[in-house]
Amino acid sequence: MPIEILMPALSPTMEEGKLAKWVKSEGDSVTAGDVIAEIETDKATMEVEAVDEGTLGKILVAEGTDNVKVNTPIAMLLADGEDASALEGAAAKAEAPAAPEPTEAPAPSAAPAPAAPVASKPAADPDIPAGTSMVSTTVREALRDAMAEEMRRDENVYLMGEEVAEYQGAYKISQGLLEEFGPKRVVDTPITEHGFTGLAVGAAMAGLRPIVEFMTFNFAMQAIDQIINSAAKTLYMSGGQMGAPMVFRGANGAAARVGAQHSQDYAAWYAHVPGLKVVQPYSAADAKGLLKAAIRDPNPVIFLENEILYGHSFEVPDMEDFVLPIGKAKIEREGSDVTIVSWGIGMTYAVKAADELAGMGISAEIVNMRSIRPLDIDTVIESVKKTGRLVTVEEAFPVCSVSSEIGFQVQERAFDWLDAPVLRVTGKDVPMPYAANLEKLALPNVGEVIDAVKAVTYTS
Amino acid sequence: MAATARKTTGTRSKSAGRSRSSASKSKAAPSIADFSKEEELEAYREMLLIRRFEEKAGQLYGMGLIGGFCHLYIGQEAVVIGMQLAKKDGDQMITGYRDHGHMLAMGLDPKGVMAELTGRRGGLSKGKGGSMHMFSKEKDFYGGHGIVGAQVSLGTGLAFANRYREDGRVSMTFFGDGATNQGQVYESFNMAQLWKLPVVFVIENNKYGMGTSVERASATTDLSHRGASFGIPGEQVDGMDVRAVKAASEKALEHCRSGKGPYILEMITYRYRGHSMSDPAKYRSKDEVQKMRTERDPIEQVRNRLIEKKWASEDELKEIDKKVREVVNEAAEFAQNDPEPDPSELYTDILL
Repeated sequence: MPIEILMPALSPTMEEGKLAKWVKSEGDSVTAGDVIAEIETDKATMEVEAVDEGTLGKILVAEGTDNVKVNTPIAMLLADGEDASALEGAAAKAEAPAAPEPTEAPAPSAAPAPAAPVASKPAADPDIPAGTSMVSTTVREALRDAMAEEMRRDENVYLMGEEVAEYQGAYKISQGLLEEFGPKRVVDTPITEHGFTGLAVGAAMAGLRPIVEFMTFNFAMQAIDQIINSAAKTLYMSGGQMGAPMVFRGANGAAARVGAQHSQDYAAWYAHVPGLKVVQPYSAADAKGLLKAAIRDPNPVIFLENEILYGHSFEVPDMEDFVLPIGKAKIEREGSDVTIVSWGIGMTYAVKAADELAGMGISAEIVNMRSIRPLDIDTVIESVKKTGRLVTVEEAFPVCSVSSEIGFQVQERAFDWLDAPVLRVTGKDVPMPYAANLEKLALPNVGEVIDAVKAVTYTS
Repeated sequence: MAATARKTTGTRSKSAGRSRSSASKSKAAPSIADFSKEEELEAYREMLLIRRFEEKAGQLYGMGLIGGFCHLYIGQEAVVIGMQLAKKDGDQMITGYRDHGHMLAMGLDPKGVMAELTGRRGGLSKGKGGSMHMFSKEKDFYGGHGIVGAQVSLGTGLAFANRYREDGRVSMTFFGDGATNQGQVYESFNMAQLWKLPVVFVIENNKYGMGTSVERASATTDLSHRGASFGIPGEQVDGMDVRAVKAASEKALEHCRSGKGPYILEMITYRYRGHSMSDPAKYRSKDEVQKMRTERDPIEQVRNRLIEKKWASEDELKEIDKKVREVVNEAAEFAQNDPEPDPSELYTDILL
């Protein structure tokens, strides 16, 4: 039987990639370890090596093909003694393949209510002038563009972190920056978070505008003393004489299957601390506009990105200087029956849930917080006064979470407007498990958001 | 065990007296240029200001006018004054929480420092920092840090900014023997040498990290060698002799300024008081302290030379002391009468 060669997964979060090049041609003999093709992920170009011996019988996916799903058969390998005729049956089978089940969240548990669908349309962003043309941009590109624009604008802005320069970023966020700005302003550090964070805080106190990239925020725990005790508190301790105008940014939260030490959302940790600003963007426009604002901000800003969102594309306004205000939430979608508040990757669940809820006749208003500190609770309160119901969605642990804070402030200020208890949909109160099924259970999903909305709207 | 410890520390206190010669065994003996009359008088006045200031702070603490932690610098005055005499305008200083002497050396107003100790609105941080947290951009003083070792990374960052701007400044980053066992110190050493940052790492070895002697905390006790694995040159300096400190500091600052990267100075010194006001210092003998005071006192050394060389009479020195006391008394007076911060200050200076 010919052997199917499948599109490999080359990173924890890769779902598809581009078959950039075939190194072997049909009819070539292949031994294990031979490079047969090159595949581009959104992070890097990787070589694919053969695992079996034989002859490359048929190429199923031509080079240059984009968006090839992981596990799609890309070629057939003939074993010794087989000839092309062996391919016929197999190829036919392979052609109706099977992209893997998308890793969508499970469908909602209950059947949709037999109600008329309601309108749930995306709201316009008041920070984007009407008529502005939009460009489809990934979050990754938006972050890079924001840094590049601000580095052009201010000579004191520089980027430092592990693999930010020559490697072009562990997650390819800083692609091209070394080339444009040189090694003085795009600085590869040793693996030394505590040290380089303190160093950057010192540089900020001396008047530079550092952007510190943490490969992921999990590693920032090594440096959290410098972030909190030095960066956040110096302005106060000095009676306003000096502070730390800087940005700490990087991937935050769960990626995919990377286990407990690499999957944690730190929003609540930093949001607890006076003297810091905390931003958690969802879309590429959020990422660009807020990162530019963060770099200009005279205070230390924690900028929490998400690895899974890096490759997502969104419309970004084609404006010369698109800056969003820190501390202002965005009504992402208008609705009347329930308010869903979320931020960062939590928004992906909120948006999908709102779509499904619309089909059930429930009109959900989505508030994209964008910033966690300062927290734009006014926008949440206004929405709750309109809908009377609130569900929060985030991937972090539930205890002392940002959801806890929002729920508290809402009961404090909008108690009389609430028609149901505030519910939260969060990550579960467990270290992140590795097994695929357990990880899925540990994270929130669209079904849980829908269930929570049904509960607060007393819908069966 | 206690007896052994005393014996060890007794030996150590002698070795401080010999530190110049013991350091010279492995390295070229730093030539200690004699001070001119003016330099001696300046060193005397400046060190005396710190001494009298700290004595007054101790007194105010005892009266309940200063709260919390208060770490006095008495005994270590030559370190910061020798360094100050060697530095150039624009060189920055940063240190830990034993910081009063550093601020006075950097020219900060004693009134502002004392009023900060008493938590008054005229304090350098408007009363919001306290003994451990004062700063002055104007005087290039960057704190005033309460987490042992944290200032080492921060000070390395000041040097990073200096190199970034190519402004010829050097960061003088002070820390104690206790901090030399913190991990981030070595992370900073590595980056400082890797990037040739202009920073002098000044280790103030006063022999005890709180109550634990260097011998009980450190696998190797010649702290000037702590940069060896990064190729950072270092030397031990008699931190009780202001002339030795100045000579070594000049050399180190020049090394940094010329683009050769960081330099380590281990200042062998001694604090006469406890770690903080609440430390009875039972981990060392009274004899040990007394011996230091009588044989090695940094101010007495200058005083003796001034008298010996007939550069100043007893009366003239008394006059200096009187003037210093006036400055200190005025600061103490201000610090007691200045009002506390306005309650509205609670919510200011959190964000810009």
